[in-house]
Amino acid sequence: MNSDNLIELIHVSKSYDGKTDVIEDFSLEVKKGEFVTFLGPSGCGKTTILRMIGGFDTPSGGQILLEDSDISLLPPNKRPVNTVFQKYALFPYLNVYDNIAFGLKLKNMPKDEMTKKVSEALDIVDLSGYEKRSITTLSGGQQQRIAIARAIVNEPKLLLLDEPLSALDYKMRKEMQLELKEMHKKLGITFIFVTHDQEEALTMSDKIVVMADGKIQQVGTPEEIYNEPANVFVADFIGESNIFHGVMGENQKVSFAGSEFQTVDDFEPGTKIDAVIRPEDVDVVAPGKGQLSGKVTSSDFKGTFYITFVQCGAFEMEVHCLKHYEVGEEVGLQVLPDNIHIIPYDTTKNHYEGTLGAFTEEGISVTFADISVSVAPEKIFEGCQVVQGQLQDRKGLTIDPEGRKVVVYFPPNQAKLLDDMSAGTVSGVINSFYYIGDHYSYTVRSDAEFDYVVDDPYLWNQGDRVSVSIPVDQMEISLVKE
Amino acid sequence: MNKLTFDRKMLVIPYVFFLVCFVILPLLVIVYYGFTDGSGHLSFENFLAFFTNPKTMGTLVYSLVIAVTVTLICLAIAYPVAYILAKGEYAKHHFFLMIFVLPMWINFTLRITALKEILTVIEWNLALHPFANTIVGMVYDFLPFMIMPLFNAFTKLDSSMIEAGRDLGANSLQTLTKVILPLSVPGIISAVTMVFLPAMTNYVVLDMMYNSTYIMGSLIGSYFSSFDWNNGSVISAILLMFIGLCTILTNYAVQSKAERSRA
Repeated sequence: MNSDNLIELIHVSKSYDGKTDVIEDFSLEVKKGEFVTFLGPSGCGKTTILRMIGGFDTPSGGQILLEDSDISLLPPNKRPVNTVFQKYALFPYLNVYDNIAFGLKLKNMPKDEMTKKVSEALDIVDLSGYEKRSITTLSGGQQQRIAIARAIVNEPKLLLLDEPLSALDYKMRKEMQLELKEMHKKLGITFIFVTHDQEEALTMSDKIVVMADGKIQQVGTPEEIYNEPANVFVADFIGESNIFHGVMGENQKVSFAGSEFQTVDDFEPGTKIDAVIRPEDVDVVAPGKGQLSGKVTSSDFKGTFYITFVQCGAFEMEVHCLKHYEVGEEVGLQVLPDNIHIIPYDTTKNHYEGTLGAFTEEGISVTFADISVSVAPEKIFEGCQVVQGQLQDRKGLTIDPEGRKVVVYFPPNQAKLLDDMSAGTVSGVINSFYYIGDHYSYTVRSDAEFDYVVDDPYLWNQGDRVSVSIPVDQMEISLVKE
Repeated sequence: MNKLTFDRKMLVIPYVFFLVCFVILPLLVIVYYGFTDGSGHLSFENFLAFFTNPKTMGTLVYSLVIAVTVTLICLAIAYPVAYILAKGEYAKHHFFLMIFVLPMWINFTLRITALKEILTVIEWNLALHPFANTIVGMVYDFLPFMIMPLFNAFTKLDSSMIEAGRDLGANSLQTLTKVILPLSVPGIISAVTMVFLPAMTNYVVLDMMYNSTYIMGSLIGSYFSSFDWNNGSVISAILLMFIGLCTILTNYAVQSKAERSRA
């Protein structure tokens, strides 16, 4: 245990229906005085975690420690924690003063002290003299400030902010971001901030916790998260990125997008990798120079730079450059070794544990995830024969496949997405996808919560219900040795 | 020749017709009869008679006692019930709400008759407790009318308000008194209005419960059945003013609270 830690989450999990986990095995330490941001797409469980720290939900498993004492089951009013709610949740029947003094009144604070504290809190949020105003006469931004004042006036050890800026307009949001950061410095209170806006997270935080599917994807400083994404999800979610599948070669060289690049990362030659290149790290050079060459397909002005897309053979590269290039212009692209970030390929993708069924005339049934298929026996047992309706191995011994454990794998590029539900092997909903150079990589989640990764050149939408067709002859089935 | 065209504004005609025939004209008739004597001359005699006659004033007081008691008991029962139905664990299952609302589908004299049988088993002779039985009958009759407005108020109540209260250090009881109660005031007002007036006038329940004391409704009924239109009307008009005054006062109380915080 570290005494620097204000709050510690230890293997916290949460399930509402007892079956599917909204939060899985979540462990995190937050130091005193830190500004921590939970960042993730909607539905990733970031608000659930916040609610558990605030005491509005109780964890199904694990512990939440505050200064080394377990607060997992403590009601919200017993925690030295205050929350700024997404929709402010100010009491409409009370004026500004009574809203801010709500917590102080419950503590039976003497009136003079209370008046002083309230006016101090209003001063911090830049709304001095607003005591007597009615809540309903305030603008969204002002209500937001009152909600913050109402929370910080109680001097909590920890302030929780649940997407507090999402209802404000762009300019107001930018302003509040800086003000909140300033406030955090001045007050010295630990902040936990929840947002789905990656720019907001990068601007404000000391530490970012990137979440997806109820799991932590990466914890780090904004620079670490941006420059060294731990996996393809983080690379795709934070900022813009070009992602390519590739293979490591000798001497820190890597090949992808039909070319070879020097990198600074050490990986075993032959390792499958994903290469991440930020659009601003690509230099446009004269045609023929650089590692790639291609034709400009679009160039759009974005205020401080041009978003330029360059088609290099089958692969597309997004480039942010200061100069405008004409559509159709031939250019060369160069990426410095420092600017290529290598992520080891996730080898657990599309691997499933399965069980064999009995041998019949149709073959052997293989059951894995939520799929059941019949497979020719030769595919599993090399050199086997069928003798008088019996399955025999090379030596003529009878094989009984029933109940044997197998691992099933299929390559993402051999499967197909279909919109005819009955045509595929299994159906599900597109959970996430990202673009890899020349195609999209889709993760389809079935109703039984199994993930199938499928490569497809066409654009589908997140949340689309699709059917996945997996050709049986492309499945790799290997027996697990017992 | 002009074709007869249909304008959207024409949709208002049936409503205006209904309003004039069944609301405005009867009201005018009541006021006319209330403030004239038998020969059609303007007179405040009926009006003054009501306030000077100890019997009618006694009836007014008795009606108020019944109405206040019934309203308070209904509120005490309906408030937690409506809260649980709207915010409780089974809030999404409308089955439980149906259980409380279903009695409204059955004619109320039938329900009171059934209640009488039950009370007879308990009390043996209903005539011994006329007041208590009247209260029980009315509470049973009016409870759904109290639950529905409160239920609506609670379903609209933002749960994050309750969470904010808890977050700022309020325990369960403080959350109830300092957050839930003030937020549900509009619901309480409309629920009370739904029950208070019927409780002052619904004399059928009294009759069925062998309660021979008069309430406002019975007074009006007795005048009308003896063809004394003038006295019956003036009491109706007085009741109308009474309710109007109550509504204005409660609205004023609620509004001035909001205004005070705005000033």
